[in-house]
Amino acid sequence: MKEVDIVVIGGGPAGLSAAVHAAKMGAGVLLLERSQALGGQLVKQTHKFFGSRQEFAGERGFDIAHTLMEQIAQQEKIEVWTNATALGYYPDGVLTVKRNENFRTFRPRKLIVATGASEKALAFPNNDLPGIYGAGAVQTLMNLYGVMPAKRVLMVGAGNIGVIVAYQLLQAGVEVAAVIEAAPRIGGYWVHASKIRRCGVPILTGHTIRQAHGTTQLTGVTVCRLDEKWTMIPGTDTLFEVDGLCLAVGLSPLTELLWQAGCKMNFVPELGGYVPWRNEYLQTTHKNVYVAGDVAGVEEASAAMVEGKLAGLAAAFALNHQTADFAADYRAAKQQLNALRSGPLSAKVCHGLCKVMLEEAM
Amino acid sequence: MRIENHPILAFADAATVEFTFNGQALSGREGEPIAAALHDAGVRVLRHSPRYHRPRGLFCAIGNCSSCLMTVNGVPNIRVCVEPLRAGMTVETQDGKGRLA
Amino acid sequence: MLAIDGTATAEDLQAVLPTPDRRRRGAVAVIECFQEIPCNPCADACPRGAITMPENISQRPVFDPDKCNGCGVCVGRCPGLAIFVVDYSYGEDTALLKIPYEFRPLPQAGDSVTALDRQGAAVGSARVVKVQEQKNRTTILWLAVTAAMATAVRNIRLSGEVRA
Ligand SMILES: Cc1cc2nc3c(=O)[nH]c(=O)nc-3n(C[C@H](O)[C@H](O)[C@H](O)COP(=O)(O)OP(=O)(O)OC[C@H]3O[C@@H](n4cnc5c(N)ncnc54)[C@H](O)[C@@H]3O)c2cc1C
Ligand code: SF4
Ligand code: SF4
Ligand code: FES
Repeated sequence: MKEVDIVVIGGGPAGLSAAVHAAKMGAGVLLLERSQALGGQLVKQTHKFFGSRQEFAGERGFDIAHTLMEQIAQQEKIEVWTNATALGYYPDGVLTVKRNENFRTFRPRKLIVATGASEKALAFPNNDLPGIYGAGAVQTLMNLYGVMPAKRVLMVGAGNIGVIVAYQLLQAGVEVAAVIEAAPRIGGYWVHASKIRRCGVPILTGHTIRQAHGTTQLTGVTVCRLDEKWTMIPGTDTLFEVDGLCLAVGLSPLTELLWQAGCKMNFVPELGGYVPWRNEYLQTTHKNVYVAGDVAGVEEASAAMVEGKLAGLAAAFALNHQTADFAADYRAAKQQLNALRSGPLSAKVCHGLCKVMLEEAM
Repeated sequence: MRIENHPILAFADAATVEFTFNGQALSGREGEPIAAALHDAGVRVLRHSPRYHRPRGLFCAIGNCSSCLMTVNGVPNIRVCVEPLRAGMTVETQDGKGRLA
Repeated sequence: MLAIDGTATAEDLQAVLPTPDRRRRGAVAVIECFQEIPCNPCADACPRGAITMPENISQRPVFDPDKCNGCGVCVGRCPGLAIFVVDYSYGEDTALLKIPYEFRPLPQAGDSVTALDRQGAAVGSARVVKVQEQKNRTTILWLAVTAAMATAVRNIRLSGEVRA
């Protein structure tokens, strides 16, 4: 069994940033990514990101991903395994990994879990028809492989993912019939919503799916209005003739490994579901397990990168790696994270974080 | 259908390779997921569910949900959303749990 | 209403559109960013210091129209594609608009295109004056429209094309 300083699980913005900063402190890092390429959600994002210059604001998600990957490539202390899925983490500190078809075990001195989140599904009649996709699948087809998922799509969800992917569909040459949203208000940033509105895409808040239609594949979707109590209003049905339906109804943190590790968890709806308790160093109740990014609470790539940095620095520091500017670096990153969370739209996230913050220091 | 002219992205060129879908000759880009090549050709029904024989297509595209299991080169239960396309593959819709050929 | 259907109300716009006096003095930015977003590339981009965020990056951009000369740098940088430039001094009854555009095919200078409003409805036609492609792949289109249309027009459609 191989001993390693730090294993980072997940090659999204949080994991990439954690690996780079832990390695800069002098720690040896093994970075595991289950898919064939690094970058996580970022590689599929074609829009320019918010934030400040420190988080690459104004650059497009996939460009940011490539910048992070270059930083990884420059670090000799980082070994990268793609097609490598972390399967289990056991009480004796053993991590099992499946790489391609081979199984390996490790005993990392510190583990940083940055597995991101998975998409939520939605229950309605015929929701298994071909032509109904998660938003991530639509992005993968379009933005990684250059293939259109359908000719005309109805989007479900007016959070950031829904409005952004609707815009990406238009850019790919796919018609967007409408964006529907059960809540009475648009959850995504208004500037993103306005971008699709001026292309003529209606955003219908207070609407939900009654059912999907089709025998071999999707041919249409019936949508209806919801009242204040979220019940369907009879007589408000509208049929959209579409061959694609895209679900962007939220993400939930991918926490299996944390449960296995025995980390204390809490259900926090503001953060997407069950998330681990952690202290300000992103250390969970298991002293060798750190978290960063969406797995610690569904938020944004900008915050995920800073959390990754904090977790990477803290985990390396705990292994007695030191650099002259560690303290200053750490403080600056904390301030950066606070600045990112200072807006009113982050109030929800901050409220959620209060429910899983441990007081005591490392 | 392929995206012809994208305002932001430039898609890397890959060799065109031939494969068959239920005996029908199709082509795609080498190394892309089999599901991408099938979508380009307008094929979206990938299998039929074991119990109620319902058609199923791509859903997650990252190997998570098992909605896309097909029989590839005679081997059933291949997740075509992540399985790279190679020249000469035989790809078949799968009924139910699939049997080894 | 922005929160409900994604379009700014007349009241929202009133607060960001240039005053009659500022209109007479030539090109000026219109910043249609109505939410406090943790984001500051606009302030970073403006070479004249016309956009600032004195307190923190989540503030709405604070705009000084007297410092702005309508250069359009911010139009190409804003990740929300929320900044436009309008120049009422462009012609007798014609205004010049600079809008961010991220679709293909691009129009060409001289083309006549359909002008769309904030809801994507056709409100007339626009003449493309210049197509300013940028390294970051947001193109800035310079459009000549009637002065009366200038506050409404925020997008275009190439003739004969149906998108939504
Ligand atoms: C449409 C859309 C638009 C967005 N727009 C913005 C935006 O404008 N600005 C912004 O800041 N953020 C945006 N985000 C959010 C941002 O992409 C995510 O918050 C960010 O990617 C989270 O980073 P992460 O590293 O935590 O997770 P991810 O990016 O999800 O990465 C997690 C990685 O872990 C891997 N993994 C999971 N489990 C395992 C395992 N067991 N073993 C090995 N590897 C594993 C996954 O394959 C994945 O690559 C957007 C997201 C979407 C979907
Ligand atoms: S148009 Fe030019 S001067 Fe005016 S705010 Fe934008 S960048 Fe500054
Ligand atoms: S760059 Fe654009 S989205 Fe960001 S704060 Fe400025 S105007 Fe708003
Ligand atoms: S589509 Fe979900 S596993 Fe392939």
